[in-house]
Amino acid sequence: MLSIKNLHASIDGKEILRGINLEIKAGEVHAIMGPNGSGKSTLSAVLAGREDYEVTEGEVIFNGKNLLALSPEDRAREGIFLAFQYPVEIPGVSNVNFLKTAINEIRNYKGLPPMEAKDFLVMLKEKQKLVELDAKLASRSVNEGFSGGEKKRNEIFQMAMLEPKLAILDETDSGLDIDALRIVANGVNKLKSKENATIVITHYQRLLDYIVPDVVHILYKGKIVKTGSKELALELEEKGYDFIKAEVEI
Amino acid sequence: METITKKTILKNKLITQFQSSKNTLFGSGSLRELAINFFEKQGIPTRKHEEYKYLNLDVMLKGEFSSPAKKSLTSQQINSKSFLKNAKTIVIENGFFNQSLSTIDGLPKEIQILDICKSSELEIFKNHYSKYADISTDAFIALNTAMAVSGVFIYIPKGIVFETPIHILHISSVTENTFTNPRNLIVVGENAQVQLIESYQSIDSTATTINNALTEIVIEENANVNHYKIQDESEFGYLINTTQIYQKSKSVFTTNTFILSGALVRNNLTIVLDGEHIETHLNGLYLTKDNQVVDNHTLVDHWKSNCNSNELYKGIIEDKSSATFNGKIFVRKDAQKTNAFQSNKNILLSDDGTVNTKPQLEIYADDVKCSHGTSTGKLDTDKIFYLRARGLSELSAKKMLMHAFASEVVEGIKLPELLEYVEAKVTERFE
Repeated sequence: MLSIKNLHASIDGKEILRGINLEIKAGEVHAIMGPNGSGKSTLSAVLAGREDYEVTEGEVIFNGKNLLALSPEDRAREGIFLAFQYPVEIPGVSNVNFLKTAINEIRNYKGLPPMEAKDFLVMLKEKQKLVELDAKLASRSVNEGFSGGEKKRNEIFQMAMLEPKLAILDETDSGLDIDALRIVANGVNKLKSKENATIVITHYQRLLDYIVPDVVHILYKGKIVKTGSKELALELEEKGYDFIKAEVEI
Repeated sequence: METITKKTILKNKLITQFQSSKNTLFGSGSLRELAINFFEKQGIPTRKHEEYKYLNLDVMLKGEFSSPAKKSLTSQQINSKSFLKNAKTIVIENGFFNQSLSTIDGLPKEIQILDICKSSELEIFKNHYSKYADISTDAFIALNTAMAVSGVFIYIPKGIVFETPIHILHISSVTENTFTNPRNLIVVGENAQVQLIESYQSIDSTATTINNALTEIVIEENANVNHYKIQDESEFGYLINTTQIYQKSKSVFTTNTFILSGALVRNNLTIVLDGEHIETHLNGLYLTKDNQVVDNHTLVDHWKSNCNSNELYKGIIEDKSSATFNGKIFVRKDAQKTNAFQSNKNILLSDDGTVNTKPQLEIYADDVKCSHGTSTGKLDTDKIFYLRARGLSELSAKKMLMHAFASEVVEGIKLPELLEYVEAKVTERFE
């Protein structure tokens, strides 16, 4: 589904990603862990198409398409979804109206007619239930006045509505209490299928108790320095990132 | 040099016009003489004048100006412009009250609506006319007071709650360049309620029109007035617009100004709060493009204690257009326990556009809560990216954000029919 080869990216002339290689197949869950400043959020931003970053080398192929040549909206329309670490508040834009516009623009891209209002409402209700999102929140302005947990839940709600092929969860666990974490993880697990894949980016192992990864990668100084099974995350939790640093720098 | 000459020529022409017609005009001759003297002294303001610093009036002074033709519109043409079907509509065509095009029959008998030039013998007119808009403060107030020939007088007496909105539809239909000075006086008695809509539009007009309208609204004790101003002139329409409000104790006044188009719009909105427990809300939205010039001057003048005022003006500025907001809050020494808030927010979409914003607080009382805030920025790139990351095109993301920015003001409209109209206009603007 996703194939990243030798990806280099920089911001303001400073190189952050220094040759990432990653292969993800449909149905898989990959965790990317790493200490602060290792490039985790840069990787998600580059995949989603944030224009502040410059890709200097390498390629990203997503379902046969050159992802890096696509605009952010076309990436979303092709099935990439980024759950933001810090979702923005957009006063005056209702969640519902925003999602309806998003869904219909995606459908338009695929040559499909706009969704029937009735079908949209049915879907809205169903997905709200799935991520245990209060109906009141869904009808409010996008993230306006939401708590940290509500914002993250709203990200998962949007993900449920847009049904992406590849979801990238960027530090979705940061700032969540254990109940919120469980709800968010439940949502993600329920949305998992053989056709889609998930990248979970996190600093801590905690989230991986709830969203169990097939593969764990460790990102350090802009490179994936270690790849293993879910046990690698536990080892990391136990020994701390210093053990990676020591291993790499020898 | 050339523009100074133009201003002087126009000034002299207006004065000559006044001298030849003064004996036929309504109301007090001595007030008019006083007013023309003030106008003569001040002249048409240049940018050296502090209150006109950001307003270049030269652009509107191209060509010759004649006195307006009276009436030419048919009811069919008016129908296409009267966007409130459920309102009583008063048509002011080229500055003249047009009785036959107005739909003011069937009013409750206590309510008076008539051509202001026929109202000057009424006691209520004499008690209030020109008592609020001070001719010594502004050249355009002086000019209007000297030269006004028509407009509307509305009287809602004590205790009358009139639920049907009253729409004062100013429309220009001229084929030659004109300078008009329509004058309105609205008196809302004690405990009365009314909803007023003023609109400024034009029909098939390619002639330059300068409309120097002046409206005084008196709001007696415990009265409630909802006021809307829709300024939707053509690219040849220039509006110099003065609204002077006088509020008594326990009254509530809400005004919403929407500037949708027009070559130049200058609004002078002054509200005097002469009583206690008064509530005042001022909201404005201006959407400018091309070479449009918009200049909003507001003054909220707190005279007595325990009053609240709240002001929000927002603008989206495109192309080479320019927008000025000059908002002053005055809290006099007797106005203790005043709550006065003001906010001005702008989105500047182009590199060639201009925003001038000047909030001013002048406070002479010591126990008050006042604040003002102003911001001017571009559309937030993080928000744009967020929307695009969900599949919206860049263009629709931007439109959605502009619409959201404007909606805070638009949603303040309490009349469903008007809300729908303005909403459609705003949406159309971002299509």
